[in-house]
Amino acid sequence: MDATVTLNHGSGGKLTHELISQVFAKKFEIPEPLTDSAVLKITGTTLAFTTDSYVVDPLFFPGGNIGKLAICGTVNDLAVSGAKPMFISASFIIEEGFPLAELIQIVDSMAEEAVKAGVKVVTGDTKVVGKGKCDKLFITTSGTGIMDHRLEHISSGSHIRQGDHLIINGPLGNHSIAVLGARNNLSFSTPVITDCACLNHLISGVLEKCGEVHFMRDLTRGGLAGVLNELAGMTGRDIAVDEAAVPVDDPVKGACEMFGFDPLYLANEGKVLIVAGSGSETEVLDIMRAYLPGKDSAIIGEIIPGERKLVVLNTSAGGKRILDMPSGVQLPRIC
Amino acid sequence: MKYIDEYRDKNLIFRLADQIRKSATGEYTFMEVCGGHTAAIHRFGIPSLLPGNIKLISGPGCPVCVTGTDFMDKAVAYSEKDDVIITTFGDLMRVPGSVTSLEKMRAAGADVRIIFSGLDALGIAKLNPDKKIIFLGIGFETTAPGTAVTIKKAELENIDNFYLLSAHKTMPAAMEEIIKGGASFNGFICPGHVAAVTGSSHFSFIPEKYRIGCVVTGFEPTDLLQSILMLIRQVNLNFPDIQIQYRRAVTGEGNILAQKQMREVFEPCDAFWRGFGVIPSSGLTLRKVYERFDAGIAIPVKVVPHEENKSCICGDILRGSKTPEDCPLFRNLCSPENPVGACMVSNEGSCNTWYKYKIT
Repeated sequence: MDATVTLNHGSGGKLTHELISQVFAKKFEIPEPLTDSAVLKITGTTLAFTTDSYVVDPLFFPGGNIGKLAICGTVNDLAVSGAKPMFISASFIIEEGFPLAELIQIVDSMAEEAVKAGVKVVTGDTKVVGKGKCDKLFITTSGTGIMDHRLEHISSGSHIRQGDHLIINGPLGNHSIAVLGARNNLSFSTPVITDCACLNHLISGVLEKCGEVHFMRDLTRGGLAGVLNELAGMTGRDIAVDEAAVPVDDPVKGACEMFGFDPLYLANEGKVLIVAGSGSETEVLDIMRAYLPGKDSAIIGEIIPGERKLVVLNTSAGGKRILDMPSGVQLPRIC
Repeated sequence: MKYIDEYRDKNLIFRLADQIRKSATGEYTFMEVCGGHTAAIHRFGIPSLLPGNIKLISGPGCPVCVTGTDFMDKAVAYSEKDDVIITTFGDLMRVPGSVTSLEKMRAAGADVRIIFSGLDALGIAKLNPDKKIIFLGIGFETTAPGTAVTIKKAELENIDNFYLLSAHKTMPAAMEEIIKGGASFNGFICPGHVAAVTGSSHFSFIPEKYRIGCVVTGFEPTDLLQSILMLIRQVNLNFPDIQIQYRRAVTGEGNILAQKQMREVFEPCDAFWRGFGVIPSSGLTLRKVYERFDAGIAIPVKVVPHEENKSCICGDILRGSKTPEDCPLFRNLCSPENPVGACMVSNEGSCNTWYKYKIT
């Protein structure tokens, strides 16, 4: 491993995985596979437990802010593990001089999202650090939720079979492009707003009505490509994605063309990948589409024969190629 | 999406692929000399649409790939200075110098900023009058006019803390080197955006002098396939020519205004190309009147020349004589996370695109 931590170690790509598995998971003796929430069994109850830190720059972006992100992210991490999110903790690291009005606006967003998701923020912590010791505001949220023990397989993908279908709940990349567009040092603006949303109602709707959900994961850092490569690695199976079937909004497509980004690698904050058993995909799709954050849900691929842990993309041009694990922060190209 | 979807129409793509299969009666090797083409070919999975008797190889068209270690070492040396802000296109962040990269320098505290145009760097210069802003000018005839405009604007606005470290290069001399080097291929997929600036006439010496066909090509799958078909026909008819496929952007004479800006600010110089060594008159350096913006003159730094890793075959790959899979380091010691050679760093480098996209 490198002698210093670079931004690539936080990109959700291979270096992030290397850092987590070789430092954190190893030292804390956390068994693989590493999933979005820890699943804990406490005499008669199965509990999911997760934590996440939010350091987004800028704090406010079209359609949301760091507070909304902090609630949705943790709620989604619990929900995709198959748990019913219940209690949240929130810690704030605030830079000296930060405007109180902005802090209140951020906390208002958190409270509003918590109500919508049906979770309760029950504990927290506040630290103020000197000017320059942190970038305006960092938030860490942790969350717990009760799990139906019959859903424990979901985060490991152990029930995945050949012929299962991949479904996502709408267009990819909006969050990344909205944040990119909001950064002060960019000389362009986009009409794109973040997809940041709590997905627990959509997910519980699917789980209650359909017993054939074999895997779920939110498509945050590393995007769809990152999650599919992890899934291929975890299950040892090959996966095919149909590029033309993956919804991407036009303004996001346009920004990607300009900067040389691939929407399949961009981070989302309100997107989930659901792997549904063969034959149940239309049922799952219909249920998802009944929810607002799922109205543009689409079937985008399937688990194919082969055990080389490959993610194959059937390109919109009719060709085939590998959809590889992201290898670092996507950098805008020269020309 | 308008102007994109039309060029990614699957039916049209399959029809073109079908015509290519019917026309390709022999063995054909075509070289693309634009990193954008390398990336597009693999991103769209074009090789999987072509019959086995058509081979596509990559030439020296990725600006990051052909930039020498020496340039990166200089950029790193500048980044170590407290009063310097390095401004660069994103692609250069991860390129390894002989010891470290700009990305690692930034992690260690250097002020290195990713920008989208030279004018952004000028903006940073205005906001930081007590710092020296060095812009890493890289790229071919596509980006050089933008740098030229930036320099002129700096002159006009009398900005005295802005400097250029130029690795700008021009394409024709390198293409000629490849031909002279004896690489075996039947035609060039010529760079569309370079030609949008220079005009297709920039490349007409190739069919005239060397009897190798050229088609100036766009970046969408139908563009690439149509160009391949045009090149096959040139080979079949034994009639090498310069043709424009990318008509929606390219003319014979090109963008006269951009050419003028480039000519006024830069003059040709000998330039080092990774994989080739020094190619006479293939680089762009600031003219005497703009010399005060030349970082190399205004803020001299010394770097120790280093030998490149001997096992790395980036040079042979850039000359079209080898492919990434011929390299002993490929997928072993050399990966996008730990690139040994520049072809693995850039998103447009052959090794990087093969690593990411190619089904083996």
